[in-house]
Amino acid sequence: MIKNISNLGDAALYCDFGNEVNKSINSKVIKYFKAIKEKKFEGINNLTPSYNKLIISYDLKKINFKEVKKFVENINIEDSEKTNSKKLEIPVCCHENFSMDIKRLEEILKLSREKILENFLNKEYFCYMTGFIAGMPFLGDLDENMRAQRLETPRVKVPKGSVALTEQFANIYTFESPGGWNILGNTPLKVFDSSKEDKPNLINPGDTVIFKEITLDHYKNFNE
Amino acid sequence: MSNNYLDIIRPGINTTFQDKGRNHLYHIGIPFSGAMDNRNYLIANKLVNNKLDAAVIEFAYQGPYIKYTGEKINFAVTGDVIFTIKKKDTKIEGNCYQSYQIERGDEINIISTNKSVYGYLALGGELDLKFQWNSCSINTKANIGSNDGKKLEAGQRINFKKINSNKDIKKTNYINTKIENIRVMKGTNFDYFSEHGKQIFYEKEFIVSKLSDRMGMRLEGPKIENIVNTNIKSEGLIKGVIQVPADGNPIIMLSDHGTVGGYPKIGAVASVDYDRLVQMAPGSKIKFKEINLSDAETLFKLYEIETQILLSQI
Repeated sequence: MIKNISNLGDAALYCDFGNEVNKSINSKVIKYFKAIKEKKFEGINNLTPSYNKLIISYDLKKINFKEVKKFVENINIEDSEKTNSKKLEIPVCCHENFSMDIKRLEEILKLSREKILENFLNKEYFCYMTGFIAGMPFLGDLDENMRAQRLETPRVKVPKGSVALTEQFANIYTFESPGGWNILGNTPLKVFDSSKEDKPNLINPGDTVIFKEITLDHYKNFNE
Repeated sequence: MSNNYLDIIRPGINTTFQDKGRNHLYHIGIPFSGAMDNRNYLIANKLVNNKLDAAVIEFAYQGPYIKYTGEKINFAVTGDVIFTIKKKDTKIEGNCYQSYQIERGDEINIISTNKSVYGYLALGGELDLKFQWNSCSINTKANIGSNDGKKLEAGQRINFKKINSNKDIKKTNYINTKIENIRVMKGTNFDYFSEHGKQIFYEKEFIVSKLSDRMGMRLEGPKIENIVNTNIKSEGLIKGVIQVPADGNPIIMLSDHGTVGGYPKIGAVASVDYDRLVQMAPGSKIKFKEINLSDAETLFKLYEIETQILLSQI
């Protein structure tokens, strides 16, 4: 199922599952990720699953490329294997205080605000991966008519909790961070919590997410 | 209340607690962190009879000015660092790579790193720090680790949990070697770049930009031309990976890097050169030299043996 394994530097394996972005390829990446994680192979430091790649970094003091490659090649993934993924509802407020790029989206997509929200809300999105900043979920896929490019000049500060779009994906900024995605709203929910060491991420790869609109009042008085 | 503590009079520019870093968290977006220059981190701990994975104070450029209160304790500074020690009315210039004993009222003033970036201050004892995922390393981007994930600030007091009973004074003669050639392996998007671009990458000089920090080192110089696509679908990164965004200027991922990224990867720095790479200050010249995987593995093994010998001699 892995199309090709190569090295990324001298301390990581680059497992290539193909170039397309879809649920089926990503599910394979996640299955490998979970299977390798469970085996707790001595010397493997980190696993980074993404749309269609899995990066495995290791401690070069303990093991090397050949050994990790052999280990990965001998892993059997059951196609029928079930993944224990969750379905989550994320409250989002799209009041003008938060939807900073709604005008831009209206122009690019040639859709009204109402239509954009109707297309975006109450639909299931699949979490392909988390990362870049701690806990940030990469969700997809947006409808064809909802796809917009990144901002030409990224913002220096995107507010924490921003729900944003680019191309076929949506994400949530778990921290204030620089970023170039089109901001549609904001969630009051804590999507990353470093005090929960076992489960800091609310949304994990393989999970399904549905955005539900809330009012500004509800947002302000939100209790988790 | 602890009877042994440090008062931070001046924090320095980028002063954090660091240790060996944290693992098994890239998939949720948390990078490795940990001391940038691993060898100097280990030597610092060994010089004060600490466990090798103990927390130290890492600083960049200007370091902290600290006043100590408590029973006698050893400290040591590693890197290429200018610092002074004030005991009662006398002030002496400190030397890196040797431990000193301080007691109640003594002050350490870490003035600056010399033509390098990072230095380490180890104290002979255990600091009272919060651990997250088995590490106290501060990640200021995600506010993870000790000190609420924030840089040290003026007026802060840091307590010790305990002081080492072994107060032997130690010294070693270590010299930080500087390199201009950084050895790299081809990246997974090497063929995204034009022949001319590849040639520039291996043959031309780049300058380390001021915009470098614990997340990444930005380079300036001749532009590296991309002929395929200046974006890829976001995928995992590791430290040492060299990405080239649309502007053609390479960025090298360092210990606090974002865990995924969407720029093509032209190369990855060999682990053997990582400690020396991070010490290259803004304005330094840098040249990349190609190396294959098996040579990179062998050279790292030798580097690691050298580190172990250095430590065993302290």
